[in-house]
Amino acid sequence: MNIPAETALLLSGILFFIGLIGLLVRRNIIFMLMSIEIMLNAAGLAFIVSGSKWIQPDGQVMFLFILAVAAAEVSVGLALIIRVFNRFKTLDADELSSLKG
Amino acid sequence: MFNLLWLVPALPFTGFIILALLGKKLGKKLSAVVGVGSVGLSAFITIIIGIAFLSSPHLENYFVITLWEWFNAAGFNPSISFHLDSLSLVFIFVITFVGFLIHLYSAEFMYDDEGYSRFFAYMNLFVGSMLTLVLADNLLLLYLGWEGVGLCSYLLIGFWYKEPGNVSAAHKAFIVTRIGDTAMAIGLFLLLISFNTLNIQSILSLAPQQWELGSSTAVAAAFLLLGGALGKSAQLPLQTWLPDAMAGPSPVSALIHAATMVTAGVYLIARTNVLFTLAPLVLNIVAVIGAVTLLIAGFSALTQYDIKRVLAYSTISQIGYMFLALGVGAWSAAIFHFMIHAFFKALLFLAAGAVILAVHHEHNMFKMGGLRKELPVTFITFLIGAASLAALPLVTAGFYSKDAILWFAFSSSTNGSLVLWAAGLIGAFVTAIYTFRMLFITFYGDLRTQVSHRPGVLIKLPLIILAVFSLLGGFIELPHTLGNVTIFSDFINQTLPAVEINEGLNELLLQIIAAVLALTGIFIAYSLYLKKPVPTAEEYKHNALQKYLYSGWGFDWLYDKLFIKPFVTLSKINKNDFFDWIYTAIAWFNALMNHILLGSQNGKLRWYAMGIAAGAVLTLSIIIFL
Amino acid sequence: MNIAFYISAVIAIASTIMVITRTNAVHALLYLIVSLLAVAVVFFTLGAPFIAALEVIVYAGAIMVLFIFVVMMLNLGEKSEESERKLLSGKIWIGPGILSLILLMEFIYLLANGVPERLQENVIPPSEVSITLFTKYVLGVELAAMLLMAGVIGAYHIGRKRKKVIHRFIAEEEKLKEKEEVNEYTR
Repeated sequence: MNIPAETALLLSGILFFIGLIGLLVRRNIIFMLMSIEIMLNAAGLAFIVSGSKWIQPDGQVMFLFILAVAAAEVSVGLALIIRVFNRFKTLDADELSSLKG
Repeated sequence: MFNLLWLVPALPFTGFIILALLGKKLGKKLSAVVGVGSVGLSAFITIIIGIAFLSSPHLENYFVITLWEWFNAAGFNPSISFHLDSLSLVFIFVITFVGFLIHLYSAEFMYDDEGYSRFFAYMNLFVGSMLTLVLADNLLLLYLGWEGVGLCSYLLIGFWYKEPGNVSAAHKAFIVTRIGDTAMAIGLFLLLISFNTLNIQSILSLAPQQWELGSSTAVAAAFLLLGGALGKSAQLPLQTWLPDAMAGPSPVSALIHAATMVTAGVYLIARTNVLFTLAPLVLNIVAVIGAVTLLIAGFSALTQYDIKRVLAYSTISQIGYMFLALGVGAWSAAIFHFMIHAFFKALLFLAAGAVILAVHHEHNMFKMGGLRKELPVTFITFLIGAASLAALPLVTAGFYSKDAILWFAFSSSTNGSLVLWAAGLIGAFVTAIYTFRMLFITFYGDLRTQVSHRPGVLIKLPLIILAVFSLLGGFIELPHTLGNVTIFSDFINQTLPAVEINEGLNELLLQIIAAVLALTGIFIAYSLYLKKPVPTAEEYKHNALQKYLYSGWGFDWLYDKLFIKPFVTLSKINKNDFFDWIYTAIAWFNALMNHILLGSQNGKLRWYAMGIAAGAVLTLSIIIFL
Repeated sequence: MNIAFYISAVIAIASTIMVITRTNAVHALLYLIVSLLAVAVVFFTLGAPFIAALEVIVYAGAIMVLFIFVVMMLNLGEKSEESERKLLSGKIWIGPGILSLILLMEFIYLLANGVPERLQENVIPPSEVSITLFTKYVLGVELAAMLLMAGVIGAYHIGRKRKKVIHRFIAEEEKLKEKEEVNEYTR
């Protein structure tokens, strides 16, 4: 297998930027959370690529930690989304602007 | 004995402090004792010092007592020290003696007033400041006393401060005299720069050596000091405040605006006479101002119907006489007239106060009448005072003092002229008319208002004493033609230079002319106001000329148009305070920035995420491309 | 092997684009699962089989399932789909699109200026990963454990069903009002 490292990193970059666009465009909080997951995944991919380049397991270890963090964050985030939905009866992120000004 | 000199101003100051701190607690009787007693003790000590001064032979003609050094800054060290010579002795005698009598009078006059102790506190402060003024050894201490009497004048004119009219009158007095005070302060600066000291005796001895006759610095300094004197003494052009200052109680008018404060200007010019003789132009101006003012005020007094305003214009007029005397170099005549004027003018004001008190605080003369049967003592003392003011020949002190001035106005070799003498003569004529007009309208005719409060002994006693002095006070200075007694002028000429006269002029002729004119004036007043029935207050209307004279020759209107209206207009234009805008601009700019930046905080999550992304773009581009 | 990499890369990109453009939440989540599976294949081709397995089990299998549970619990319905369609108009893509494109350009520029290197084919077995994990990064493991516990407790507490607390005076008022209404109806 002879993949240039740039290509793999390019893949990671493209996925990251798609996630970024999704974060900026969507108003639904759930979709924003999904976009964050995409971005986390892309960052993890970059780690794996670099671990493979240097032939060290450290990249994979980093990805494990990212995974743990993503799991914790998703669970807490979803719980918060449930509370937001119960309170505001909407999932529009633009409605949650009482910290304005 | 002279070491007690410091007590003379210190006692009234102590009285002021006691009354200011403890006045309410002391109650009325004790406040009166403190207030009257402090000035009385001062008067007593003054008399003792005076006797000692007159009887002891001394090498120099003065005595200085230094209390302490005031401050020492860059070589300038004025000290709190008092200087006693014949000039200041005359002044402190008048201030404490007449002051004591007036305090005695006000113990009864102000008895029903709730600000009783406050009144005596202010009066004591005034007497203390005035004594400081005349005893001061250096011009800075004199200025301190000057400001102190200005303050007390303001406080006492506006004594009944609940009436807004009184407060306005107090403001007017303070502001107009302030203009003079500023001129005087600049003059003091000039003197300090020139001589590096403000000690009066030093200046008077250094000035002839340092300044030539008629040099511009001398003229400037003398002119500025004259400005201060004009403000305090209510002469042209700063005379507008004195008629309105009659809003204060009658004892205040008597003490401050007749006998003492308004003569502070006369004292200043007499004290610094060397500076004025070094600037003959200014001395000429002094004489001219005196002559013009006495005419203006005299004619204005002819049309007044408030009894106190007649006396106010009369005061302006008489001080004009003093200025006229100063201007022709007749220093001792001016001081003599000051002393006699203090006696009879204080008497007139106190008697007028007794009359006003008797007719329920009514000031309009045309509502009074026939009071001579009701208030006999007041009437007789008022008559004596009026006679002295009108210079009734031979019996009254006023005749001798005014006559001396008229003679020197004609014959003095510095500035004496026919014109000045004629002005003084016309002034004397008019004085006689308005004085007796006032007397006849108030005391003769039908009784128009019932008398309610007859004066008690504390009012009558000062009136009687002052009346005696108004009659007998003149006999210490008689002209050549009538006995040639020169006790007073010899005394004053220990300190002030003697007047020089042109030889070969007929003094007796001038005296006869003056006497005849005075009697004619009295006769005219008699025929206008005693033989004919006096119009009632409603019937008494002014025609156009009388209106003009009534308003003091329109000076208030003139100053309103010249100074007040432009000032108010400028203030209105600057209402938004253009210069303040520079500072508010900073605040306004901050608010603007805040408003702009506030737009970036709209609480929306996606907006903030966008901000993060944009920041990342920016940072990366800076790293890559720069 | 290279072919596998490129094919799964294309699938990953395509399905990710589908994720962010769907209006229905469940559809988007399913596309996301596909994307994750494709990325797992990419991991495998890069020589990290253990991680590929973990990606499928944990990420796609647990986290996405959690997402789906919550979305179904929220029960968004037809209305939300319509509003989503309205919101997802054309103009909204411009700004973020430009921003991300610029960022991507910079990224590519950085990559292009680097030293070109090729990835060798070597597999890093799970044993090496676990040894490194539990010797070199054991502190991280402990911290991750604490983080997960915090996550569990936090999620439980935040998502709990709350009882509505009314002050007893207001409760009494409410009861009185109810009694009055009842009386009115029965009159």
